Amino acid sequence: MCWNSGMSVIEVQDLVKHYGEIEAVAGVDLSIDAGEVFALLGPNGAGKTTIVEILEGHRTKTSGSVSVLGCDPAKAGRAYRERIGIVLQATAVEEQLTVEEAIDLYGSLYPKQRKTGELIELVGLEEKTHSRIKALSGGQRRRLEFALGIVGDPEVIFLDEPTTGFDPSARRQAWSIVENLTALGKTVLLTTHYMDEAQRLADRVAVIVKGKIVAEGTPETLGGRESATALITFEANGRSIEELPLSAGVATLSENGRVTVRSMDPTRDLHQITGWAIERGVELSGLTVTRPSLEDIYLELTGGTGGV
Amino acid sequence: MSERPSTFSLLLSQTKYQNKIFFRNPIAAFFTLFFPLMIFLVFSLVFGNEEIPYLGVTTAQYYAPAMAVFAAVSATYTNLAVATAYQRDQGILKRIRGTPLPPAVYMGGKIVSAIMIATMSVLIMMTIGVVFYGVQIFAATLLSAVVTFVIGVASFAALGLLIAAVVSSGEAATAVTNATLLPLAFFSGVFIPPTEAMPAWLDAVANFFPLKHFAEPFVAAFNPLTVGAGWDWASLGYMTFWGVIAGALAIRFFKWESPVGRGGRSKRRKKGAAVA
Repeated sequence: MCWNSGMSVIEVQDLVKHYGEIEAVAGVDLSIDAGEVFALLGPNGAGKTTIVEILEGHRTKTSGSVSVLGCDPAKAGRAYRERIGIVLQATAVEEQLTVEEAIDLYGSLYPKQRKTGELIELVGLEEKTHSRIKALSGGQRRRLEFALGIVGDPEVIFLDEPTTGFDPSARRQAWSIVENLTALGKTVLLTTHYMDEAQRLADRVAVIVKGKIVAEGTPETLGGRESATALITFEANGRSIEELPLSAGVATLSENGRVTVRSMDPTRDLHQITGWAIERGVELSGLTVTRPSLEDIYLELTGGTGGV
Repeated sequence: MSERPSTFSLLLSQTKYQNKIFFRNPIAAFFTLFFPLMIFLVFSLVFGNEEIPYLGVTTAQYYAPAMAVFAAVSATYTNLAVATAYQRDQGILKRIRGTPLPPAVYMGGKIVSAIMIATMSVLIMMTIGVVFYGVQIFAATLLSAVVTFVIGVASFAALGLLIAAVVSSGEAATAVTNATLLPLAFFSGVFIPPTEAMPAWLDAVANFFPLKHFAEPFVAAFNPLTVGAGWDWASLGYMTFWGVIAGALAIRFFKWESPVGRGGRSKRRKKGAAVA
């Protein structure tokens, strides 16, 4: 049931879920505030969907504590479901209905119902208003599911891999729908295995691997990204890398003749490398200094298992 | 905060929507509404509308109510089982479960809709029988016919939901309902009037299952030789017993999510991709 709470909108402590012998979720903590967009990022089978489905009330937990809007989703029932919106993976809507009928029908289940016409416009299905769902494309169906997920004007919205299988333009449309929601101050929990999606939409990201959160932060700081190892690269032009004076970095020479220095202290290393080059009158052609991208961090955290 | 929709208005809108789904599904509508009617018309042509000697009634007088029972059972037992199981396969039940709609109201809408469709198919059948084949309806037994019908469709609706609860897929529901209903219809007095030649063991099998207890009293209510008001309390009680047990088991074992498709189709696709 629900109780009053001054805590975050979504509060999860030490959540564990077993399917028989398999530990799908192995002790997860989450704390998500009102109005926040939070992304669970991870490879397939990492436990993202299981976590979201426990929060939605579709599954029971093995142990740990879970609270959404001050409710225990497993027990809260109707009153809880009036306040949340769900966009599931791989669900269908009755194909015999039209877009308008489906939105009307699902809307009629909630105390607060958003206007069907406005929703159809929001998800860009105006031309399909009177079409049977049977006749919609995959992307159009997914947009209809967005509309059904928010038809009850929910406070919290769960989006489980909202754009998997989309073409690039459909993804951009879906993203702008999510951005519309966040502009209304809704709390959004989304799962994804797309880096760019997390980066574009989320205020905070948790990377989950094998049922455990391995890193958490804003897309800019995730995994110590802002202070992580920098990469200094330039053309070797036949020189040996042993000559390089480095205080904190490690240099490697790739087959294509490019030197890569992984440095924990890039300011100092860069100064030494350029000083060394100037002393010898050598031009460091193709010199670059880069921070790892979110994708690099993600691949590092997930051991390169991130599938796209 | 606006007002929560009342249970009654939800039940009403759910029933309407289930009706809409049914009538927009040509296969279900054909097999429920027209197939029994077709059999009735064919039997009337093949046998001619003569008196069936050992029964003392005309072909139409027997087959109109008998095929009405078949239509009513198709509308409740077969349709509810198959439609519900397919909706679970597609994730529609899971979607419903994530909304504030009370599960009992959703199921109630399905049952009321199935009973409305059954009523419609029975009315069509009997009207055609009366208008074109001289089928007689008797005031004395009309009430028992109505009560038999109501208990029959309610029990078979419960049985349909029990099948939906225990099968793993829509295909399985189709197989189970056809494999049970069709053979039973042959020796429960639906497709063929019961004869003296039927072996006792087969009669015992027919007596065990509920179909005969629906067909026999309903057909008898349209038999001019039936004496009194036509009440067959033993059959009504036995059908009720089946219905209550089936309903309780259906509630106990009902699943809102497909056991095969846990996580849905996309998940399976992804697993396949990971292997490849």
